[in-house]
Amino acid sequence: MGRVIQFREAIAEAMSEEMRRDETIYLMGEEVAEYNGAYKASKGMLDEFGPKRVLDTPIAELGFAGIGVGSAMNGLRPIVEFMTFNFSMVAIDQIINNAAKMFQMSGGQFNVPIVFRGPTASAGQLAATHSQAFESWYANCPGLKVVVPSNPYDAKGLLKSAIRDNDPVIFMESEQMYGDKMEVPEEEYLIPLGKADIRRAGSDVTIVSFGKIIKEADKAAEELAKEGVECEIIDLRTVRPIDYAAVVESLKKTNRMVIVEEAWPLGNISTELITHCQEHAFDYIDAPIIRVNTADTPMAYAPTLVKEFLPNAERIIKAVNKVTYRD
Amino acid sequence: MPKKKITKSVYLKWYEDMLFWRKFEDKAAALYIQQKIRGFLHLYNGQEAVLAGSVFAMEENDRMITAYRNHVQPIALGVDPKKIMAELCGKVGGTSQGNGGSMHMFSKEHNFFGGHGIVGGQIPLGAGLAFADKYLETGAVTLTYMGDGAVRQGSFHETLNLAMLWNLPVVFIIENNGYAMGTSVERTANHTDIYKLGLGYEMPCEPVDGMDPVAVYNAVQEAADRARSGGGPTLLEMRTYRYKGHSMSDAQHYRTKDEVAEYQKKDPIGIVEKIIKDKKYASAKELEAIESRVKDLVNDCVKYADESEFPTADNLYKNVYIQDDYPFIKTF
Ligand SMILES: Cc1ncc(C[n+]2csc(CCOP(=O)(O)OP(=O)(O)O)c2C)c(N)n1
Ligand SMILES: [Mg+2]
Repeated sequence: MGRVIQFREAIAEAMSEEMRRDETIYLMGEEVAEYNGAYKASKGMLDEFGPKRVLDTPIAELGFAGIGVGSAMNGLRPIVEFMTFNFSMVAIDQIINNAAKMFQMSGGQFNVPIVFRGPTASAGQLAATHSQAFESWYANCPGLKVVVPSNPYDAKGLLKSAIRDNDPVIFMESEQMYGDKMEVPEEEYLIPLGKADIRRAGSDVTIVSFGKIIKEADKAAEELAKEGVECEIIDLRTVRPIDYAAVVESLKKTNRMVIVEEAWPLGNISTELITHCQEHAFDYIDAPIIRVNTADTPMAYAPTLVKEFLPNAERIIKAVNKVTYRD
Repeated sequence: MPKKKITKSVYLKWYEDMLFWRKFEDKAAALYIQQKIRGFLHLYNGQEAVLAGSVFAMEENDRMITAYRNHVQPIALGVDPKKIMAELCGKVGGTSQGNGGSMHMFSKEHNFFGGHGIVGGQIPLGAGLAFADKYLETGAVTLTYMGDGAVRQGSFHETLNLAMLWNLPVVFIIENNGYAMGTSVERTANHTDIYKLGLGYEMPCEPVDGMDPVAVYNAVQEAADRARSGGGPTLLEMRTYRYKGHSMSDAQHYRTKDEVAEYQKKDPIGIVEKIIKDKKYASAKELEAIESRVKDLVNDCVKYADESEFPTADNLYKNVYIQDDYPFIKTF
């Protein structure tokens, strides 16, 4: 039986269900307990689990991220919330040098079962320090897994898998998705990490994307369908590991590809996919693959500059027209 | 330096400045509701005495740096408030031509070094400004502001140590307004006397009544004198209060209306107004004239911001590098 819930409720349900199953799981972060989460993604959890397992922290990301890692080396399974991943920058040493590398450095003695979660990328006119997409940064680092859901159903199933995973997982949401609603089953389900989803089937062109910005691909596909162009949209869902097989399979069918990613262009998930496709599916590519990324600049505040910065449906349509030689 | 006298004209200036800052912020809140200002908007209401008292202690070349609650500080240092309102609205007439928005005000001309959105990020920068002044022997002092929440960041502790080690001409000013978003000071540490954090570094430190511009002035003047004469940094904890929510969407369940009302009894504008009236520094008519000047200036700010244009798209690339032909990657 399904019922319609918001993205933020899907997150809270996933965490709560897992915390009921396993006493060693706990949640910490700024405003997660008494305030119910800066974006209400942990609503009701303090009431249910108490202050031992749902902890408000001071603004001390380096400290609490590292305490999370240490506690994971010693028997616990922390969920560490960053109010946004912009603020994980002050904690990134703990994530990269400690969480990601511990298992190898210790010769397989210490795995780090931890989830770092919170919103990533832009969320309106928040300007340069509060609008950054870090998916490709974290995905660059071996030892981490990086999950970026695009809807409430996926978020719940993927977060439960992330919490059960025995390696460190970066789980990225969006302030602009917390209010999104969708039918989600009451019964338990899990979605495996590393598996892409065919969000829309089509035969003319493959659009690969992930996270919040995939909605722009949806809009573009709707418009293009009116003109008889059928887009296949692949939602990567996980950007480390990447489901390359799903991408290549679709490309073999459509022979044309556009990648939509809210990220700076130098060395991101798009460039990785393009490299992979030319290495493994060169004979199937009928037109140069095009990526639609953000501008190669920090995001600025004014609405005109935000528009110039972000990928949007209009640009995706232009890219599709180009790879299908319709321009 | 001998303490400056707090004369009639100082009180009248404080009154007019603080009233203007308050009304400016109230207008910004109104523009936010009209969606002319977007994103976050952190208002200074309640904390004005900290700024008024500090600025009175500053010398011509002294510098200031703070966090994101930063609209009125540059105004206090002489920036045209119209430009601040235009920046809030994302217009080219703004201090950063619409690039920075509400959290990122700057004025090189007026020694205002921002306007910083990452909690604690400005603290080492403030010590760095002081490092340069010591190195260049300018004699200037830097006032570095932060919230009560920011003192829990590593950047604060690393910087306090370095500033003492290198004897930098900097004054660290904590604006303890009781809360970091929804988290009260008591819930962030097992101590509440934040100023005592200086003791571990043997840095001179003290608490100050942050609702009283005279107390603020005295403390900052002493600290600035110490820094200027080679005595190194000071840590001041200004005990103040934030009347409004953290930003614009804050239901404020973490405090009572009574608590807010209690602090409003010590309102810095009210305190100064009372002194002016008691000492007959101004007639009722003169006070009315101040109010109407303030109102007119706030309206001028809105008019200027309204009439200024949004930046064109090419502005996004203008200030990323100082190199003017930098080869940006262009994707679709
Ligand atoms: C490193 C970092 N973590 C979290 C945030 C989100 N955040 C913005 S303001 C704030 C509260 C800061 O409180 P305080 O330092 O007391 O300053 P106040 O807002 O009271 O002026 C938080 C948690 C941030 N901007 N940067
Ligand atoms: Mg505070």
